[in-house]
Amino acid sequence: MSGELAKLLSDLKEPEALAFVEKALGDGVDPVELLGDAKEGMNIVGQRFADSDYFIPDLVFSGEILKGIVAILEPHLKSDKGEEAKRLGKVIIGTVAGDIHDIGKDLVTFMLDVSGFEVFDLGIDVPVQKFVDAIKETGSKVVGLSGFLTLAFDSMKETVDAIKEAGLRDDVKIMIGGGQMDEQVKDFAGADAYGKDAMEAVKLAQGWIGG
Amino acid sequence: MEKKWEEMSSDEKQEAQFQKLLAPKDPEGNDLKFQSPEADANYKASINRIKDAIQLKKTPDSVPVTILPSMFPYINAGMTVEEAMYDYDKCTSAFKKFILEFKPDMNIGASAPGPGKFYEILDYKLYAWPGHGVAPEHSYQCKEGEYMTADEYDLLMTDPSFYFRNFYLPRVFGALEGFTMLPPLTGILEMYGVAFNFIPYALPPVQATFKALFEAGAEALKWAMAMGGSDIELKSLGFPNILGGFTKAPFDVIGDTLRGTKGIMLDMYRQPDKLLKAMEALVPIMIGMGIGASQQTGNPLIFMPLHKGADGFLSDEQFKKFYWPTFKQVILGLIEGGCIPFPALEGSWGSRLKIIQDIPKGKTVWMVDQSDMAKVKETLGKNACLIGNVPSSMLKLGTPDEVKDYCKKLIDTVGKGGGFIMGNGAFFDEAKPENIKAMVDFTKEYGIDK
Repeated sequence: MSGELAKLLSDLKEPEALAFVEKALGDGVDPVELLGDAKEGMNIVGQRFADSDYFIPDLVFSGEILKGIVAILEPHLKSDKGEEAKRLGKVIIGTVAGDIHDIGKDLVTFMLDVSGFEVFDLGIDVPVQKFVDAIKETGSKVVGLSGFLTLAFDSMKETVDAIKEAGLRDDVKIMIGGGQMDEQVKDFAGADAYGKDAMEAVKLAQGWIGG
Repeated sequence: MEKKWEEMSSDEKQEAQFQKLLAPKDPEGNDLKFQSPEADANYKASINRIKDAIQLKKTPDSVPVTILPSMFPYINAGMTVEEAMYDYDKCTSAFKKFILEFKPDMNIGASAPGPGKFYEILDYKLYAWPGHGVAPEHSYQCKEGEYMTADEYDLLMTDPSFYFRNFYLPRVFGALEGFTMLPPLTGILEMYGVAFNFIPYALPPVQATFKALFEAGAEALKWAMAMGGSDIELKSLGFPNILGGFTKAPFDVIGDTLRGTKGIMLDMYRQPDKLLKAMEALVPIMIGMGIGASQQTGNPLIFMPLHKGADGFLSDEQFKKFYWPTFKQVILGLIEGGCIPFPALEGSWGSRLKIIQDIPKGKTVWMVDQSDMAKVKETLGKNACLIGNVPSSMLKLGTPDEVKDYCKKLIDTVGKGGGFIMGNGAFFDEAKPENIKAMVDFTKEYGIDK
């Protein structure tokens, strides 16, 4: 029984996975166990993405199937506290000031999340101070700056500078990614690393935080 | 001309397009008066250089060079993007300064900022622009959303124009709300009943929409006159704009603007057949859009910004099934219609190169962003002219020497034997002017007879 849902979800069988959950609940299976199975399925999806067996559409679709499963399970879960799996560490993500692109940022958030990190997504067009405040509030050790346009080069530099001025630079590792970013922009901004896709963001975070 | 346009082969059509470019006319239809014999000679030399690079029949006398900026000309002239969008004279004079300063063989005109007031009149919601969601000094940016819902494919396919007018347009233009009340035009058939079709035009919301359309049309015309005047002036100074218009790959039409990235990706699983059929339905529409624009402007290049086909978005299998077939049909249709498709491989396309190289030789030109140029040359480059791929990061953060080194490598590996136009890899807002200058001047010097 156990593992069946993980397999259906990771094989992206949406109707079958949802029907399985409905039936299992009817048969008296513990919803917490089902949720655990679903999360195991998401780990497999993440692994397949890392291995280039899965691509972004597969990732997006798996997220939707999970949403459907959680919607069925939610009324049956006593409380959402306590169950929350232990997280590897905290990561702050945001698209820098002036830039409103979110597709790449959302994918990185998603991949970090399924890889076990607690992600604080600050959204788009994020003012530098908001990054600084978020580091103070969450104690995150990793910050990811996303940007699509050339204007983001300066915003990234300003964000890193603000973190430096707040005396927090040595407490965090900063990674950048998106559109026209590369190693040269990383050096200009004073970040620690550039990642070309969502998987590299995960690898960087794992290298810095562990996991 | 002995042969009628319709009777020409695609080779003959392309040749006729270049001959037309080589004998430019003024707006009255007379031969364009160049401002000097040098301007005349430079203009024709540039066109011939580009023609040779595109046709792949002979090596151009020198590697042609182009600059394809987004907001750089305006920011470089010291104005905000907002000023460039709202003051058409400022916009065109900044563009003229940009062209005279860098002297590229080919340009795409001053139309990138677009008419700010026009977007305001129609309450355009698909983009944020200066004063409307982004700062005055920043470029406009797309606000992707699910503007077409998952259950609307049948509506779209049954009558795309009706769908666009009554559903899509009112969702992205606040001022076009009145369109939702209009019946399909195809209901107008016989004397009996014909008048019923026109009743909605008496309703205040519909009339408000039409009033906005009249105003928007007037603004668009005012802007187009400024753009046209700028093109003619720059042409007479020896600098051709050969961009004819734009169209898109059907997957991007649905993935960028209708369903959005997430929407189309879910459709690939939940309703793949509908998605495939809808893209088929869009093929003739996208071909017609390119050919129509080309006929209107008289220029052959049809720009196609490519997005969701890039590496990483789809697997190669998904690309072959969902992206490539209808994209290829649009390319072939444009060529058949005498256009030169000008797709931009935004991002990296390394894993797609072997697939997309399967196109007619000497009929297209591709802007290359982050793909490995040597690999692009070995594949796609066997059949197509390549533009690129000096990185935006280098143009803004690098030094002129770095840019020259990069350009030298490009000319040595990709430029040899023709089929190459030097240029930037992605549209850019900011750069060091000395880096742009290095790219152009070095290419003109080093690119002779390569």
